[in-house]
Amino acid sequence: MLAWTIYLSFAGALIEALLPKNRPGLARALALIVALAGLGLGVAGFAAGMGQGRILIVDALWIPSMGIHYLLAADGISRVLVLLTGLAAVAGVLFSWNIELRTSHFFAFFLALIGGVYGVFLSFDLFLLFVFYEIAIVPKYFLIAIWGSTRREYAAMKLAIYSFVGSAMVLIVLLAAYATSGSHSTSLDALAHAGLSPQFQMWAFPLTFVGFGILAGLWPFHTWAPTGHVAAPTAASMLLAGVVMKLGAYGCLRVAMGLFPRGMDPWGFTIAGIGSWRSVFAILAVIGIVYGALVALVQTDFKFVIGYSSVSHMGFVLLGLMTLNRIGLDGAVLQMFSHGILAGLLFAIVGRVVYDRTHTRQFADLEHMHLSKRLPFAAWAFVVAGMASMGLPGFSGFIAELQVLIGSWRAQPWWTGAAGVGIVVGVAYTWRALQKAFFSDAPPAPHIQDHAHALAPITWPEIAGFSLLTAASLWIGLYPRILLDQIEPAVRTFLAAGGVQ
Amino acid sequence: MNYADLFRITLPETALEIAALLVLVVDLAFLRQSAMRVRATVASVLGVAGCAIAFLFMLGQGTQTFCATGSLDTALLSTGGLIAVAQSGILALTALTLLLLIDSTFTRNPGEYVAVALMSAVGGLVISGAQDLLVIFIGLELLSLGLYVLTAFAKLSGRSAEASLKYYLFGGMSAAFLLFGFSYLYGLTGSTNLHQVVQGSITSIGSGSPLFYVALVMIAAGLGFKVAAVPFHLWAPDAYEGAPAPAAAFIASVSKVASFALLIGIGTAIAHPFTDTHLLRSGMVMVHSGPLPKYIGLAGPWSILLAILAAASMLVGNLAALAQTSVRRLLAYSAIAHAGYMLLALAYPTQSPRSNEAVLYYILTYGLTTVGAFGVVGVVERATGSDKLDTFLGLQKRNSLLAAVLLILLLSLAGIPPLVGFWAKFNLFAAVLSANAGVVPFALVALAVGMSAVSLYYYLQVLKRVYVMPAPPDMCCVDVHPVTAIVLALIAAAVLVMGCMPAVLQNWIAGL
Repeated sequence: MLAWTIYLSFAGALIEALLPKNRPGLARALALIVALAGLGLGVAGFAAGMGQGRILIVDALWIPSMGIHYLLAADGISRVLVLLTGLAAVAGVLFSWNIELRTSHFFAFFLALIGGVYGVFLSFDLFLLFVFYEIAIVPKYFLIAIWGSTRREYAAMKLAIYSFVGSAMVLIVLLAAYATSGSHSTSLDALAHAGLSPQFQMWAFPLTFVGFGILAGLWPFHTWAPTGHVAAPTAASMLLAGVVMKLGAYGCLRVAMGLFPRGMDPWGFTIAGIGSWRSVFAILAVIGIVYGALVALVQTDFKFVIGYSSVSHMGFVLLGLMTLNRIGLDGAVLQMFSHGILAGLLFAIVGRVVYDRTHTRQFADLEHMHLSKRLPFAAWAFVVAGMASMGLPGFSGFIAELQVLIGSWRAQPWWTGAAGVGIVVGVAYTWRALQKAFFSDAPPAPHIQDHAHALAPITWPEIAGFSLLTAASLWIGLYPRILLDQIEPAVRTFLAAGGVQ
Repeated sequence: MNYADLFRITLPETALEIAALLVLVVDLAFLRQSAMRVRATVASVLGVAGCAIAFLFMLGQGTQTFCATGSLDTALLSTGGLIAVAQSGILALTALTLLLLIDSTFTRNPGEYVAVALMSAVGGLVISGAQDLLVIFIGLELLSLGLYVLTAFAKLSGRSAEASLKYYLFGGMSAAFLLFGFSYLYGLTGSTNLHQVVQGSITSIGSGSPLFYVALVMIAAGLGFKVAAVPFHLWAPDAYEGAPAPAAAFIASVSKVASFALLIGIGTAIAHPFTDTHLLRSGMVMVHSGPLPKYIGLAGPWSILLAILAAASMLVGNLAALAQTSVRRLLAYSAIAHAGYMLLALAYPTQSPRSNEAVLYYILTYGLTTVGAFGVVGVVERATGSDKLDTFLGLQKRNSLLAAVLLILLLSLAGIPPLVGFWAKFNLFAAVLSANAGVVPFALVALAVGMSAVSLYYYLQVLKRVYVMPAPPDMCCVDVHPVTAIVLALIAAAVLVMGCMPAVLQNWIAGL
């Protein structure tokens, strides 16, 4: 059943590409229907998987000569991320309701991207996973390059090249693992049990982790993220931060850690106190958390604040992965979900609700606009989203980051201490953005008088999208068990299979 | 020598020759007064029909070898197996490039164009199955001479003449190198039969003679020219740029398929000196003996030579393509890069026919894709008079079909799934690694994968203009002839479908 999320999205993309150009209403409606259908399937698959382990969806021999299978399945982690993708897709369509330029093309690329993302989360064959992973690259490029804003061509090309270089690293490992394992199969299970030598795993793990980590915003390979997020149109930033960065983190978890667990073992020597790839990546994750937060604190462009905050929040995911204990991994997956929702919400407010009306994202301009009075919806929406993002109890971010911190304390207490600094700075940059963008009392300035009249009223798709995402975050924050019940068994199986702890 | 046998084994070649003569007669005798469009259509259709008949004859042949004296030591030509795969590719791609002619305006002699193209294709068929150095040389010259003429066919264009002259001078030089190398081999081993020469290199008195290495270097230079491998690639950008679009497509596809088929044949003979070459050529034999000691015979030096050519081609091709402003030159440098990938697989062959199959898969699908790309370039060029990158500005608005076709073809060349280029690359690199030849081929595969990440940049440079940037107001729509449109759409569809179902073509290659 979940497989139809992929097929529906690609079919939708194809139909959108063939739609006549002068029917934007039709294109929007179709995109919304496809996205809703995907979400419906995701919810149904999530419900059907309650209390179950991995569910096989399709297993067909695809390329017999190399033993490559068209193998789709879903365990708890996949189901959670498919659900996230469905939510992000629906919200993305709602918040791009005002796209007038080549509307049908926009949604064609949008749905193709969504289809690729669904595919990655459901693939249990490495070759297939890689195929879907690369399918997602090209739509991202066009979404940003055609419909983007600030330095869009540069940002789009940078993102495409970064993604492709990352996937080239993964491809090298895929080829090498296939050739050396001799298992005549590329399924994740077969490769995990192929008995790849520790020496092989020792170089394959970091290569794969960095290859996928590039897309997850791993410091110092994160630089595509702020420029890409800022240049992208609202729906594309929502998807980039909401699900595409999750592709990277998911690849780190499922491929790098799942196939090459021995690569995380100690090297047997230490350099400056670092004794394994695990420590290396945990430290990079911590640097990402603190660095992203600090840089977000000094931005003058509203969207860059959110862009860097994504780097910081994704650092928690990577740190959670490197804890290698159950609670840390639970937290990492939960944080993927949580950040997917919240980043989507923040980008939607900044890009759609504010920027599309004021045509500026500079705090220096926004300060003079008194948006809290003129766009109270935006102000309160950002208050809610900001609270959730800084980890206020009751929202999903709190429980996710708490678990990551507990997990990392168990692994290495000073990681937790450093990450804690990131949380404090996170509160600071959120308050700063809130104050400067909405609640400033600076007098109106002459150079922004043009915009002072008539800010377009809030439309129903914005309210619907906001309600959807906020409800999801609140619900998970108040009742995290519903996701954790799915995540925990999958993580347990995962850790047992990897032989760690 | 039995001439009936010779006739039987060369039936496909004969069919093509007859078709070529028929086209000439029909065009010159009956259609002198007709409109250009009619003459071009009749000539192309006759040419395509010739290819189809040759294809049918070829399928009926099965695996056989023609020998001068009855002993396999004097084998001249083989058919069937992987040879048939390469020949099918040559015929199919020839037919496609002929269909692109219908819409063309560069010549007033479409009949002659088709006749020369068909004869050139005959040369390609011959070298695919050749078992003898002299047959190889004759086939190669037949192929090349046709290409020089095709390149110069736009008589009113100075660039066409210039490109042809450059191509001819380089080609003549490289043919001399090749023949020089062949003469050494004959002098050292006393035979012109490929299989005998390779065996002789191990068993004869001359074995270990440095003259073998001289000969190999000469041959690598000659064949490196044919596949446009660095440093013998200098002709390619000029020829691709100056030749009429269908001729450029022919050079980029048919000639490449034939040359790689020849390289496969020579490489296989070198890697398996103790197995009957003609059996190996047709992919029929799984070798029983274990891998050869590395530096026995010619296998080691040949491998090193090809690996050097491969690495240089991948680097120079991809990096030089980044700086191009003409789409044709961009395609030329990308062709050099793709030749590099394939040479890599030829440098480290597997004991089984696996890597040969992978190379054939790659060259066939690459040939198809590049014919389509040149088709689009040809149409745009005719509408705008130039092939500069900027003539593609806003193409999606000016002709959305061409834009979509170009999107699919270029992304396939870049190796993006689910298009066939991705699978071809994956299969090729997996074949290199499964040869288990150590760390050098692994490093070269890593280089190749990295370089194909570079290639995405320049393909996106074209697609950016097609889809992202707006068309300047003075550029109007681009019209396509319906036949061209159908051919291009079919090529794009094939690239997509084969990418989703890669096993189909693969099984056909392995099964023929």
